[in-house]
Amino acid sequence: MTDSAGAPPLTQPLQDLLARFEAGEPFALARSISLVEDQAEGFESLLHALHDRLGRARRLGITGPPGAGKSTLTSALARLLRDAGETVGIIAVDPSSPFTGGALLGDRVRMDELATEPGIFIRSMASRGSHGGLSATTREAADLMDAFGFDRIILETVGVGQSELEIASQADTTVVVLVPESGDGIQAMKAGLMEVADLFVVNKADRPGADRLKKEIGIVNSLRTGGPQASVPAHHGVDLSRKSRPTPPPEPIEAWDPPVLMSVASSGEGLPELAAEVDRHHAWLRATGSLQSRRAAAAAEHARIVLERAVTRRGAEAWRAWIEEVGDDAGLAGRSPYETARILTARICRDAQ
Amino acid sequence: MNDKKIRVLVAKPGLDGHDRGAKVIAAALRDAGMEVIYTGLHQTPEKIAATALQEDVDVVALSVLSGAHMTLFPRVVDLLQESGMTDVLVTGGGIIPAEDAETLQAKGVGRLFGPGTATTDAVEYIRAWFTDRGVGRSTE
Amino acid sequence: MRQVLDDPMDAGAELKAELERRRRALAEVEEALRQWEASAADTPQREDSDFSTVSGREIRPVYTPLDRQAFDYTRDLGMPGEYPFTRGPYATMYRTRLWTKRLFSGFATAEETNERYKFLLARGQTGLSVAFDFPTLMGYDSDDPLCEGEVGKCGVAISSLADMETLFDGIPLDKVSVSMTINGPAIMLYCFLLVAAEKQGVGSDQVRGTIQNDILKEYMAQHAWIFPPRPALKVITDIFEWSSSHAPLFNTISISGYHIREAGATAVQELAYTLKNGFTYVEEGIRRGLDVDEFAPRLSFFWDVHNDFFEEVAKFRAGRRIWARHMKEIYGAQRPESWRLRTHAQTAGVTLTAQQPHNNIVRVAYQALAAVLGGTQSLHTNAMDETLALPTEAAVRIALRTQQILAFETGIPNTIDPLAGSYFVETLTDEMERDAEAIFSEIDELGGVVEGIENGYFQARIASAASRFQKEVETGRQTIVGVNEFLEDDEAEIEILRIDESAGESQRERLAKLRDERDQAAVDASLEKLGAAASNDQNLMPPMLDAVRAYATLGEIRSTLVNVYGRFKEPVAF
Repeated sequence: MTDSAGAPPLTQPLQDLLARFEAGEPFALARSISLVEDQAEGFESLLHALHDRLGRARRLGITGPPGAGKSTLTSALARLLRDAGETVGIIAVDPSSPFTGGALLGDRVRMDELATEPGIFIRSMASRGSHGGLSATTREAADLMDAFGFDRIILETVGVGQSELEIASQADTTVVVLVPESGDGIQAMKAGLMEVADLFVVNKADRPGADRLKKEIGIVNSLRTGGPQASVPAHHGVDLSRKSRPTPPPEPIEAWDPPVLMSVASSGEGLPELAAEVDRHHAWLRATGSLQSRRAAAAAEHARIVLERAVTRRGAEAWRAWIEEVGDDAGLAGRSPYETARILTARICRDAQ
Repeated sequence: MNDKKIRVLVAKPGLDGHDRGAKVIAAALRDAGMEVIYTGLHQTPEKIAATALQEDVDVVALSVLSGAHMTLFPRVVDLLQESGMTDVLVTGGGIIPAEDAETLQAKGVGRLFGPGTATTDAVEYIRAWFTDRGVGRSTE
Repeated sequence: MRQVLDDPMDAGAELKAELERRRRALAEVEEALRQWEASAADTPQREDSDFSTVSGREIRPVYTPLDRQAFDYTRDLGMPGEYPFTRGPYATMYRTRLWTKRLFSGFATAEETNERYKFLLARGQTGLSVAFDFPTLMGYDSDDPLCEGEVGKCGVAISSLADMETLFDGIPLDKVSVSMTINGPAIMLYCFLLVAAEKQGVGSDQVRGTIQNDILKEYMAQHAWIFPPRPALKVITDIFEWSSSHAPLFNTISISGYHIREAGATAVQELAYTLKNGFTYVEEGIRRGLDVDEFAPRLSFFWDVHNDFFEEVAKFRAGRRIWARHMKEIYGAQRPESWRLRTHAQTAGVTLTAQQPHNNIVRVAYQALAAVLGGTQSLHTNAMDETLALPTEAAVRIALRTQQILAFETGIPNTIDPLAGSYFVETLTDEMERDAEAIFSEIDELGGVVEGIENGYFQARIASAASRFQKEVETGRQTIVGVNEFLEDDEAEIEILRIDESAGESQRERLAKLRDERDQAAVDASLEKLGAAASNDQNLMPPMLDAVRAYATLGEIRSTLVNVYGRFKEPVAF
């Protein structure tokens, strides 16, 4: 039996877990994230069961090159938000070794003082480089935190590589952290960081070169957006405001020009300003309708990945069954791969009905 | 479809700063394909238990060279039990006399590795334990 | 020589002939070496053996005069006690004074340790070396909840002036020199000691001793830090400044390679990082406006003595030469006392094995021999059971006897720097100097030691060296007797020392009593002044001494300063 949306029913252990999740037990959240990470039996059903609880949390992505102080900044920001009464879930993603599949996840060292803070939940995730896509896994982990009731979710990733950038950019607000020694604004642009940024932070701003970096980011940014007056929101995904531009809106939508902030995360300097700018960006998102359009775009993208994941899984199953069927090499050699694929696609479609 | 990875929390409780062993074992476990959460020095048992819970680790590996093992290990085991983490292996190493190790094992601590242990022993021990427990963990 | 004066033309010919003779002699050696290599090539070498040092340095089968062509005795060695001090910091070395046999001790409470000290002093020991417990090393009071289970475990617990007074009760601080292994809270313990002396009627100008006070290596290796590096360096410079006029007999720092090596560094990393730390302290002093010749003579060093015998000897020798050259040529020191590197040494604790622990006696003996051939000024030999627990008295006695046998039975102290001139040892000494200089350049490129610490450079290098070594042991490339070869099924058990939990209990009671009896208003006022001095960047010594006099505790002083300076968080480095 399947429910109205077509998800298989939850097994008894998963129903129990769901009950504990709904009762607000951190253990249940932790274990649910593991199920998602492991793509364990029934994890999609669990996510489906929690889907109605989503949408309350504000999601913040923090990314930047290695050594930029992202973890320290995340920690300091979480502290600030917590002191202001908000609950915070943090997902810190680090790469897995491509050779052994292992990973050393050390972000918590910088978040040490948050370890026992009620209302803060930190999860370290390895990229695993697995099928299904890292951004889908982190999104689903963030969904679980959202469903659990956190006010804010911070996704922290190293800003190298496409998938890491995708993680950061699925947030409502994306903060790109740079440091004076991490190179110049042009390098950041090359790395694709400029495109995802709603806010820039020049961290370790007490070091030489901070002001220069700030200027460079400003210049590169205005070049990219076509000057400070350009009214193109600097973001990704479906942009509804743009489509509606030919007819002027009743009140002119002010464009978002990504500000460049200075901080020394280790001493907390510049953090209140960052929190304020994040709020300002959120207010802008709401006022312009971008929040809705962004979230819609992200949801559409997520659905696409879930679909791909399902198709891949069924494809793999069908392929395995077929290999067992034909058994020896002769059966494989006789047909073109295109014909094989066509037959199997047909089988998958038939089975899915 | 199950991609279950072994997740290990490597932690240094107490005030001693000798983290060579902890770092060597963390690197060895990573090289053996495990996901290692490293939390740094001077961890309290409360922090360790909270971290183990949030990270949903399979194993907690503690390194203690300060002589406080008889206080720290049981505290971590108790806190994990209290928070419902009943299927977690607590193991570790350091300067721990054999007699103390036996006492700790009676209190629910796993094998403890003394100075000079090959990291491969620890890796094999954790793998074997993991296989015995079974990958299909309880969800309760 | 007479001919030279008589007839310059003849002298020219003579010189030419001499050069020709030397050239031919070298050519002969070269030919002999070539033939030897050719014949040795056919001789099989031991299988599974690694002919590199424990630090991974390649060692050739034989060294000859060919390796020493650029050698210049006066430039590279000089006489003992003379620049560049390669052969030793003092002219007559052990013929005048044997190295100091310094074994450090401390456990449980100040009261119990005081008894042990009196026992040691009664048996002829003239200096005391204090080992503190972890709470004290980290600057916490014994009654802090973080310290549970650790009070008095690995050393003595000292939380206030009152404890320090008890520790040295009946021990005259103008007669006995006190060495304290303390770093993060060095300034607090130094002040405790000075005020304890004051209470005995002993002025700070009469107090003799050493504080380790080497915070840079704490960030790199040992991790008993409190503040971030920059304020920590400021506090150390305060100590230098104040002591140069108030406590001229006190060694204000012992720049330590020991912990760097124990954390897994190679010999040359130990050498280079430690000396670079030393240069950093010198630069800080100079920046403060101090005269380098005022404070440099009070700087002392502390090396680890590991298993690879010749590499260790070369490290001691290269260290002295590098220090002398830099102090003279780069920092412009004028006094020979500023150029010469004096050192303490301790056998490498990390080489002790829990398996077949009696073997450790032999390891320690070889290491002690290397330290003495390297020309150390004082030596701590580890007890065989230290990898299992704090040492028992019997094990400590053997460690001490090991040094006495070396000093009085082997004849080794009779001649100074006996390995000088060895093709191998001199080549190794040169190589270590060259490699250290390369590491100095690398650190300079990073922006200096502090930047390297903040970036995790040192920590990552040390961790990777440690991992490499561990892998070599596990693959059997590096043999450790009793651990990965020559194992025994039935190992002899040895007795170990056990420290119970009573120290924690009695310390908590003592502190409660102290907090109850002291003048709280005076404590608060003194701490406020201390905090203000820190905020205003003034020298902390005078207000700290006042806070100590008012019986402010270690933990209270720590928090006062943390509020101003912040805490250090380790960079994650593997």
